[in-house]
Amino acid sequence: MSKYNGNAAAVRELVRETEVHRDVYVDQEVFELEMGHLFANTWIYVGHDSQVPNAGDYYGTTIGMQPILMVRHSDGVVHVLYNRCPHKGTRITIDTCGNAGKFFRCPYHAWSFKTDGSLLAIPLRKGYENTGLEESIAVKGIAPVRYVKNYRGFVFAKMSDVGPNFEDYFGESLSTIDNMVDRSPAGRLEVAGGVLRYMHNCNWKMLVENLTDTCHPMVAHESSAGTAIEVWKRMAPGSNKKPPAVEIYAPFMSSYEFFEKMGIRIWRNGHGHTGVHHSIHSDYSAIPDYFDKMVAAYGVARAKAILDENRHNTSYFPNFTVKGPIQSIRLFKPLAPDRTLAESWTFRLVDAPDALLERTLTYNRLVNAPTSIVGHDDLEVYERAQEGLHVDANPWVNIQRLYDPAEVEQETAVMNGTSEWQMRNQFRAWSKFMTMSI
Amino acid sequence: MNAPTDQDLIGFVVHEARLIDQHRFEEWLALFADDGHYWMPLEWGQTDPRLATSLMYEDKLLLQIRIERLKGNRTFSQKPKSRCHHVLQVPQIDKRDEAANEYVTWTPMHYVETRLDEQDLYAAWATHTLALVDGKIKIKLKRVDLVNCDAALRSIQLFM
Repeated sequence: MSKYNGNAAAVRELVRETEVHRDVYVDQEVFELEMGHLFANTWIYVGHDSQVPNAGDYYGTTIGMQPILMVRHSDGVVHVLYNRCPHKGTRITIDTCGNAGKFFRCPYHAWSFKTDGSLLAIPLRKGYENTGLEESIAVKGIAPVRYVKNYRGFVFAKMSDVGPNFEDYFGESLSTIDNMVDRSPAGRLEVAGGVLRYMHNCNWKMLVENLTDTCHPMVAHESSAGTAIEVWKRMAPGSNKKPPAVEIYAPFMSSYEFFEKMGIRIWRNGHGHTGVHHSIHSDYSAIPDYFDKMVAAYGVARAKAILDENRHNTSYFPNFTVKGPIQSIRLFKPLAPDRTLAESWTFRLVDAPDALLERTLTYNRLVNAPTSIVGHDDLEVYERAQEGLHVDANPWVNIQRLYDPAEVEQETAVMNGTSEWQMRNQFRAWSKFMTMSI
Repeated sequence: MNAPTDQDLIGFVVHEARLIDQHRFEEWLALFADDGHYWMPLEWGQTDPRLATSLMYEDKLLLQIRIERLKGNRTFSQKPKSRCHHVLQVPQIDKRDEAANEYVTWTPMHYVETRLDEQDLYAAWATHTLALVDGKIKIKLKRVDLVNCDAALRSIQLFM
């Protein structure tokens, strides 16, 4: 007998004001409901349009557990399709990216499709005469994902008819993407460097929550960032000029007070960001020539305003996060209740000096790689949590820090940077989008 | 030492792997030249460690941080500790340039890393760029190319 399927009340009971039930992390049925409802009713990041610069270029990914194909059609528009031949179900492409030419051709029976998904030709078509094929689902071609929005190069899609439109869903939170794009003197980003893919044996939401968890760095990362500071001080005594790697590691060891004052902002629908006033990215060394290029492009005042924004992590509910000052994004792809693929992507700021891309890639390698010591710290605590949650004596996870009962009515707010309000904000959104169609 | 023989170079590469397997990390790090690097590309056939992402591209400072972290009291991902095991083919000498003081070896290998009940097997090629420094063979660059460099990987906490 199912406990949660078709039972919106039971799903709602998993989220209390200051606690969530462990079933949101460990239960198979809840996970399947997430795939069927949460990932259908919300706008999910698919990819960046610079990954498909030319007509016929495609990129394969997933939305929830659904194989997806992002493709640039001959008219320049980026389409998002379900990666499945309408005939027998074969995945149309299996490689991550490539160019289809003028059409996709299924490798099984050579049904072919235009790059907007519509059916182009079927071999030996006369075999379907008078069979009513024109009434079938198959004849419609590769099914498109219903709602697609390309926002300044970032392609999002929503699978179901339920749930808000793009602008209502993201609202003010798009300011983080705006800031990251504006950091390019040309106002454009290009995916660059290569994607780091790190397999985690834990629930996808643990990774999302961790990115606005400001009470863990000085604890979980003492082993990596703390050691980095110690080794550097010993090897370069009296030096003030940190090497790039130490400049990246050291701020992880900032004090509680630093993170309290850093601030968190939340928006409706589960979005929010850390680093309102400053962040661990605020004190990086200037890159020669970059500011001059920004001033030339935007003028002094605007250039300063763009670069003074140092947001730490922005969480786009449910599974997409952005680090504007570093030009990196992370996508947490759910595979099972206890299995998640963390993808970390990086961007080149078009027309900015190469040294910026170099720092971006260094950050990604040092912090997000399967070989990263910071990554090792985080993975260890996630996986211990995934195991510990099986303790029956206490099925509740606490998210109470700086809770105020009045917060429930507020759609947006700026608060103390150690608050867990953003985690509560995410779970309120989780409950809403899960139960909207159950 | 005069110019190293092929056997010296082969012996060096084999010994280097042994030091890792035996967790003799300080001795291992001492095998690197002061400007030496350990590089693990992310891309198949990658040529640039700077403007393309790597899994690792570490100088002696970063390697020293790793080694100290491995024995840290609050390094929870090493409680319990990982263990590792190399199986090397006989290193092949790809280049001997005594005038330029540069020697390159190429070593196909299998590498196992294990912790708790999990054991991961990797296949890779190690390319060592070596030089004589004060009469001793030192690593200028150790490049490790994983066969599945672009796969979704689990944690790799030690050194290949």
